[in-house]
Amino acid sequence: MAARVSLFVTCIVDQFFPRIGLATAELLERLGYRVEFPEGQTCCGQPAFNTGYREQARQVARHFLEVFQAAEHIVSPSASCVSMVKNHYPELFNKEPEWQQRARSLAGRIWELSQFLTEVARLEDVGARLEGVAAYHDGCHALRELGVREAPRRLLARVRGLKLREMPGAEECCGFGGTFSVKFPEISGAMARRKIQALCESGVEYVISADASCLMQIQGALSRAALPVRTLHLAEVLASR
Amino acid sequence: MTPLYQINIRKTLADEHLEEAIYAATGRLMDHRRKVVAPEVLPDYQELREQARRIKQHTLENLDYYLEQFEQQVTARGGALVWAREGSEAVDFLAELARRKQARLIVKSKSMTTEEIGLRERLEHHNLEIVETDLGEYIIQLAHEKPYHIVAPALHKTRYEVSEIFSRRLGVAAEAVPEKQTEIARQVLRQKFLAADIGVTGANFLVADSGAVVLVENEGNARLTSSAPRVQVAIAGIEKLIPRAQDLAVFLKLLGRSATGQPLTVYTSLLAGPRRPGDPDGPEEFYVVLLDNGRTRVLADRDKRQSLYCIRCGACLNHCPVYRRIGGHNYPWVYSGPIGKILSPQFQGLTQDPWLPFASSLCGACAEVCPVKIEIPRLLLDLRAEIVKAQQGENANRWERLAFRLWAWVMQRPKLYELAGTVAAAVLGEESGQSWISRLPAGLNIGPLRAWLSQRDLPPPGRSFRQLWRLRSSRVG
Repeated sequence: MAARVSLFVTCIVDQFFPRIGLATAELLERLGYRVEFPEGQTCCGQPAFNTGYREQARQVARHFLEVFQAAEHIVSPSASCVSMVKNHYPELFNKEPEWQQRARSLAGRIWELSQFLTEVARLEDVGARLEGVAAYHDGCHALRELGVREAPRRLLARVRGLKLREMPGAEECCGFGGTFSVKFPEISGAMARRKIQALCESGVEYVISADASCLMQIQGALSRAALPVRTLHLAEVLASR
Repeated sequence: MTPLYQINIRKTLADEHLEEAIYAATGRLMDHRRKVVAPEVLPDYQELREQARRIKQHTLENLDYYLEQFEQQVTARGGALVWAREGSEAVDFLAELARRKQARLIVKSKSMTTEEIGLRERLEHHNLEIVETDLGEYIIQLAHEKPYHIVAPALHKTRYEVSEIFSRRLGVAAEAVPEKQTEIARQVLRQKFLAADIGVTGANFLVADSGAVVLVENEGNARLTSSAPRVQVAIAGIEKLIPRAQDLAVFLKLLGRSATGQPLTVYTSLLAGPRRPGDPDGPEEFYVVLLDNGRTRVLADRDKRQSLYCIRCGACLNHCPVYRRIGGHNYPWVYSGPIGKILSPQFQGLTQDPWLPFASSLCGACAEVCPVKIEIPRLLLDLRAEIVKAQQGENANRWERLAFRLWAWVMQRPKLYELAGTVAAAVLGEESGQSWISRLPAGLNIGPLRAWLSQRDLPPPGRSFRQLWRLRSSRVG
């Protein structure tokens, strides 16, 4: 029987980028997994946590832990949300041992997509094809909280027709930062403009990331500047053929 | 009303030349560092960081012991230790010392700790002339500004600006060649060194087992400051202690590399006590002022104590995408950048500048390069939570607090969450331009949306994933 995978699409993908969620599901199904979408899911609680509202973050985190309690593997197209669950939930419940235990148990079962593909499914070539030149943008939480640097690049290197090019400052933050983007819009905007400048300099057609929130920021800045670079999520690239 | 800090940040961002200058200068420091910590060059770099962190942790957890040991050693070598609870006690000691020695002129080397207590300005009130001898710091003194960067105080000044400052303040002809500018400063400062009665330095490290003050620099001015005048005073925070001289093998390897990309700085001086009989040079009197100024309060906090591990290398500033946009003067206190964001609230109080720890995308670049592995993003998160708590019952964040309560309530109710999403998409979908937003009353807290759209577009709203998933399942099933 095919292994079961629970999809955590995240609220941003649910509301703004459904195509990323669908691509993730299609890709996993094509690789032989039985994909479920637990309907009770909403948000991981990161917006409240990052803004200092710990109690509200805990409420939403408890909801998440209940919804995904029975999951075997949870796969998500957002490294930042995975890091929230994996790294911050256990600390968030440091005064509630029972919930902390549940958080720890779940932390070992949740995966960012590229991690899941390379570490659990042990795949690099997923049979994808996409013609074009692309740069990979490292989401900060993917890179520094989950240690995801090589996995997406290895997966992308096997996509037929795709030429990968490193952009200058690939590891520099795009400026999203959750509520930072609206609390300090000018700084956030300036950071995004530096990012799209780097993209233009490297002359790519696509920018690919493992985080929908980075893509929302980069796409928003590209669209505002009327630049032709297209944003794609890693899942969309890997699902294309 | 837009708060002042936001207005100032906007001003800096609007100055394209300044933004480009900061970005380029910090970028160079990043490149220099990267080259000297690369695994081919320094294979044990990560291990050194871990050791440095552990040494700092151990020292701070046993600080009472090391402070006493340091005092004994300084005294045994003929020096004197002065304990200063606050900045004013350090200032008073120096003013009194100057009076006793009938001193008029004090030369000073670069020190963030003396900036922290406003030593220069406060001594000037005592009718003393006090001259900065580090080139960057001297420029800043002449310009009546605060340091822009922990390591490079005049990072934001172009050579043309320096030329203008020198002409105006020193009465010299305009000179825009940096080497010639250095020559001008050198001529003035050499005379000051010779005439000075007291030399004041900071300290990069204080060595407990030998009572030594360690100074790390590139210009040689700290060495002159500590040897030319008859009286030497080193002012340092109590967190500067390390147990043994051999621990310097760890810290000196990290400090120069992290700060400027140098395997070692040009000068490293270990000073212990005044001139002894037979010594060719050295001061007649040697004082170390140990400053608390809020440090013991930070020390008492088990989680945030690590803020005191900082060795002031400035690497977190150079790698911070926020510092690289807004520069050093938009931070409310002398410590800027990521380290400033965690030090200021702890030293100045949580509600003094409550916005500060929020001015970060939490990208983590700072922690990645910190030579003593301070978990800056984690401390920022903790401080944010403490600030939200401290502001409970205040009007400050009433709307935000309400919004998060409502948000959490909705997020625990998937049906309601879906409904909210559908409604929002319908409203947004009609017109994703800005026009309708500006017509809505401000009380509806549409601030975040407006803030988002002030810089970038939103993806066109449409059907949610869960709606499409249901359609897909009904087709497949």
